[in-house]
Amino acid sequence: MKNFILTIILGLPLLLPAQEDQHKAAGLPSVTIKNLNGENINTATLSNKGKPMIISFWALWCKPCIKELTTIADVYDEWVEETGVKLFAVSIDDARSSARVKPMVEGKGWEYEVLLDPNGDFKRAMNITVIPHTFLLDGNGNVVWQHASFSEGSELELIELVRKLNRGESLDAH
Amino acid sequence: MILPMKKIYFPLSWLLLAACLQVSAQQLPGGQIHGNFELNAQYYTEDSAINAPEVNEQFMMNAYTNLIYTNGNFSAGVRYEAYLNPMLGFDKEYEGNGIPYRFASYRQGEFEITVGNFYDQFGNGLIFRAYEEKTLGIDNSIDGVRVKFEPWKGIVFKGLVGNQRYYWNKGDGIIRGVDAEFHLNDAFPKMENWKTKITLGGSAVSRFQKDDPTFKYKLPENVAAMAGRLEVVRGAFHVNGEYAYKMNDPSVLNNYIYKPGEALFLTGSYSRKGLGIILAGKRIDNMHFRSDRNVTGNPLTISYLPSLTRQHTYALAAFYPYSTQPKGEIGYFAEIDYIFRKNTALGGKYGTQVSASYSRVNAIEFKAIDETTALFKRGTLGYRSDFFKFGDEVYFSDFNIEITRKISKSWKLILNYLNLAYNQDVIEGHPGSPMVYANIGIADLTYKITEKHALRAELQQMLTRQDKGEWVQLLLEYTIAPRWFISVMDQYNYGNEQSDQRYHYYLGSLGYTKGPNRISLAWGRQREGILCVGGVCRAVPASNGLQISITSTF
Repeated sequence: MKNFILTIILGLPLLLPAQEDQHKAAGLPSVTIKNLNGENINTATLSNKGKPMIISFWALWCKPCIKELTTIADVYDEWVEETGVKLFAVSIDDARSSARVKPMVEGKGWEYEVLLDPNGDFKRAMNITVIPHTFLLDGNGNVVWQHASFSEGSELELIELVRKLNRGESLDAH
Repeated sequence: MILPMKKIYFPLSWLLLAACLQVSAQQLPGGQIHGNFELNAQYYTEDSAINAPEVNEQFMMNAYTNLIYTNGNFSAGVRYEAYLNPMLGFDKEYEGNGIPYRFASYRQGEFEITVGNFYDQFGNGLIFRAYEEKTLGIDNSIDGVRVKFEPWKGIVFKGLVGNQRYYWNKGDGIIRGVDAEFHLNDAFPKMENWKTKITLGGSAVSRFQKDDPTFKYKLPENVAAMAGRLEVVRGAFHVNGEYAYKMNDPSVLNNYIYKPGEALFLTGSYSRKGLGIILAGKRIDNMHFRSDRNVTGNPLTISYLPSLTRQHTYALAAFYPYSTQPKGEIGYFAEIDYIFRKNTALGGKYGTQVSASYSRVNAIEFKAIDETTALFKRGTLGYRSDFFKFGDEVYFSDFNIEITRKISKSWKLILNYLNLAYNQDVIEGHPGSPMVYANIGIADLTYKITEKHALRAELQQMLTRQDKGEWVQLLLEYTIAPRWFISVMDQYNYGNEQSDQRYHYYLGSLGYTKGPNRISLAWGRQREGILCVGGVCRAVPASNGLQISITSTF
């Protein structure tokens, strides 16, 4: 045990110089998840042709998540038209309910790109503790903002940040 | 028999160091460290009325933090966990602190190699799923090696060997598994433009555990399980099926019978915009599969047998949750989601969403193997069972309908009705408990006061003559987006037959979120009950006191 901790401590200085470069090339971790047709998708390849994108983690059993995505669905057309933003809705439902995701998404008429992460691999790689957890990425695929939980009106902050990104303004703090 | 975990730190830590050196030697730019933190703690106060015990420690805490370093195709991570002492409802075995999870992994071309701890599943998980569910205290991660290999597009092979986590130790058995998945449309250029997308998969898992010479019967040391799966998508139609077979595996959980196990999981759905329909069926027969044949409870599961019933989130709807009976169950599930469009009579100005579902789970048929052998007799095949026959005993049924409607710019309403039948005897393992029949009605109303201020009220009522009788719950929640929430709630067991036990369970909460950081406080009573995630459950004991929760991602 001591050896292990020692190694980590010894290893850290090696990692630190690398960490300084963090903001130059962030991007998404490379994890294989599925789309609604059962095809494999590497998360590192998610993109929106240079425009901002939103990645929102949700599940069928998460009421605030459904609320968030239902609220955004009402205005999604307008968001896309105005800002070109794209939303990826990553469901962390496991085998119990993952087959229900597709009929539910279609049944609700959501127009997001929906992905399935049934064993939480992408969720773990993104260090998520609770859902809903929403990430905003700039056109280069860097995470520039994130937020856990949803309450009525939070979507207004999100779209305002997208507009800021499009204007080339920096998003200070969260 | 538990293996000590410490032994393996030494070589692995050097590997990690070597990997770090390698990375820095290559001077790859852009390495990052990310992580998260979660803490749940409670200051307990005794409350004899609701059976909340006196807690000697007064204060108990579960906390962990993950650190993941990534650089290009390389990543490595550790998780520190502390249970000082584990909160009520979590196994005492968790007591202590340390680093039970560390891994290093890299991708190179068609290979991906992971050493240390990892999570994974084959297909739907019927014969193998290593996963974590912190709220339930479940973490059956594998400690070993895993190789993924994609020789060409559309074909993925996985192989793994390791032990499973058992609290701060590891399970006795060794797990070996292989899985192959073929995405036919990617693999064969001719099929690339087919409208029908087909995926085939197959897996095999085996567990090695030494025989116990002191035991009356000879126990199989190597227990193998196999599964095959198919996924077909064409337009709006989607079919997904998996069948699994397990060799005889006498264990404490099946009373040491030598019958092989079986599981079938089948779903079919039709979806187009505004309409979704799903039908699902499953059958499970003697499918307990653990790293250690002597273990009970939630740890060391190799197979994951998802429950098909709908997972409810409203408190009274989730009062009687179903959990899969690996000994044997047969059931089906059907759901329809439909949208009444905007500006129609039923749809109103904004459209109305309706979701209705029905599920039912019965026992499988259990028939004696012959006239002289008792059912489930140790050392025998235990029972016979007709594959397609529903047993007489009902385990669970659930009809529910949910209507979601935006009434105006500032009002939203969700109505939910459920009718449940819950076999408390079998599901909770309390022989002699009744079959509970319950009708539950829920109204969830949100009023948007201004753009960012909202008030939400939940009114729930459950009518039942069994168990503890009728309940009602009122919840009020005020939110100021995106940062603040405050809520008060009372659950009242007004219909308890024992009039001196008609308790109020009140709870007040306050929360603050800034970006990915969240802190919340709650004070009040926690009802004794069952918490389930993904069909796996844990008992939550009654408690009273001040709870604190902090989560953060960086």
